[in-house]
Amino acid sequence: MAYQFDFLAVFDYGDMLLKGAAFTLAMTAVGAVVGTAIGIAGGMCRAWKLHPLDWLFGAYVELIRNTPFLVQLLFIFFGLPSLGVQISEWQASFLAVVVNLGAYTTEIIRAGIQATPRGQIEAAQSLAMGRLQIFFHVVLRPALQKVWPALSSQIVIVMLGSAVCSQIAAEDLTFAANFIQSRNFRAFETYLVVTAMYFAMAWMVRYALNVFGRRVIVARKPQTRGA
Amino acid sequence: MLTQFSIWALLDSLAEGAKWTVALSLIAFVCGGIAGLVVLFARVSGKRALTVLSKAYIEVFQGTPLLMQLFIIFFGLSMLGVDVSAWLAAAVGLTLFTSAYLAEIWRGCVEAVPKGQWEASASLALNYREQMRHVVLPQALRIAIAPTVGFLVQVVKSTAVASIIGFTELTKTGSMLANATFQPFLIFGLVAIAYFLLCYPLSLYARHLETKYHAAR
Repeated sequence: MAYQFDFLAVFDYGDMLLKGAAFTLAMTAVGAVVGTAIGIAGGMCRAWKLHPLDWLFGAYVELIRNTPFLVQLLFIFFGLPSLGVQISEWQASFLAVVVNLGAYTTEIIRAGIQATPRGQIEAAQSLAMGRLQIFFHVVLRPALQKVWPALSSQIVIVMLGSAVCSQIAAEDLTFAANFIQSRNFRAFETYLVVTAMYFAMAWMVRYALNVFGRRVIVARKPQTRGA
Repeated sequence: MLTQFSIWALLDSLAEGAKWTVALSLIAFVCGGIAGLVVLFARVSGKRALTVLSKAYIEVFQGTPLLMQLFIIFFGLSMLGVDVSAWLAAAVGLTLFTSAYLAEIWRGCVEAVPKGQWEASASLALNYREQMRHVVLPQALRIAIAPTVGFLVQVVKSTAVASIIGFTELTKTGSMLANATFQPFLIFGLVAIAYFLLCYPLSLYARHLETKYHAAR
């Protein structure tokens, strides 16, 4: 007897799926914003060799990049409470995503900052630009422009990797899938639908980041000042 | 039954788990490499159907979570009447996942070979296969070594996800020990160190290769 597919059994739980997707997207958004902020701070310290911060960020980067996200998540969720830090499922998931993404963005943005020739900073100084102006217009923005594609794909990778957050019962999209298939006994259909949702979300996030990159990071109106 | 675990007993169990992590990584890397080559050749074949197909393959595996891929293989195959063990599902899933990423990395390497090389070899009356075999691939291989070793780190880390479908490797062993000993901080700390010891040398080696081949060019 051929297997009868029943996708309607999945869509009965549509609102659960949407809630799970919203959780995953929220986690990604927070991870992207805070992670990039960490990356800018870390990338600066690393690129300009600010001791001892560069050493600290270096250790952080190597530690995170050479261990699995799942282990980081389990360590945060199960390990931290034994140090007296109580942490809920969603807090642990958000924290793990931020910590993980921060390490990758540090390395990505460091490369971007280092790609700015020293002469450009000197040129900016000779134009009497202030320290903050130099930082924003000569260092940070060109750096972000250069690494924006790498940054975007890392954010997508982290979003897809965050599927394992369901393991500590954080109510993300995968958690919803696990719950639904335990109710309707349609594991294959459920996971197929949820995989398609992840695929669509990955595409959406990539598209949004592309647009954001084009509009905000790369494009700029010619800045004319009153002479 | 609660027994006191000595630190040596813990390390012993974790080492046993690490063995399976290494085994799964090697299988995924070797089989994924072979499958990745097939996808690569389809991707750079210049034939429309093959290009579209291989592109779709890569996009699907890079655009969905590895965990979902494992679930689908695990539940999908058993639905077809094939009795899949966690071991088989993990090996198949990681192989497919690895092949998509390696194909994409290697495609970049093939395309990094300057166009002039293709043109020069074409002007020497080499056909497509001869161009690939004698001109393009040897140069692409050189470029590919560093990122491939670097990706091996990703493969090792990805095997942790296999613990979720019940494959007893390092992470799963750690979870079980943490439940048995009530010392999650220590256990997951040790698990993290174990992964670090596996991955860090590979990362360093990849970086070394990168500077070496970069400097030579």
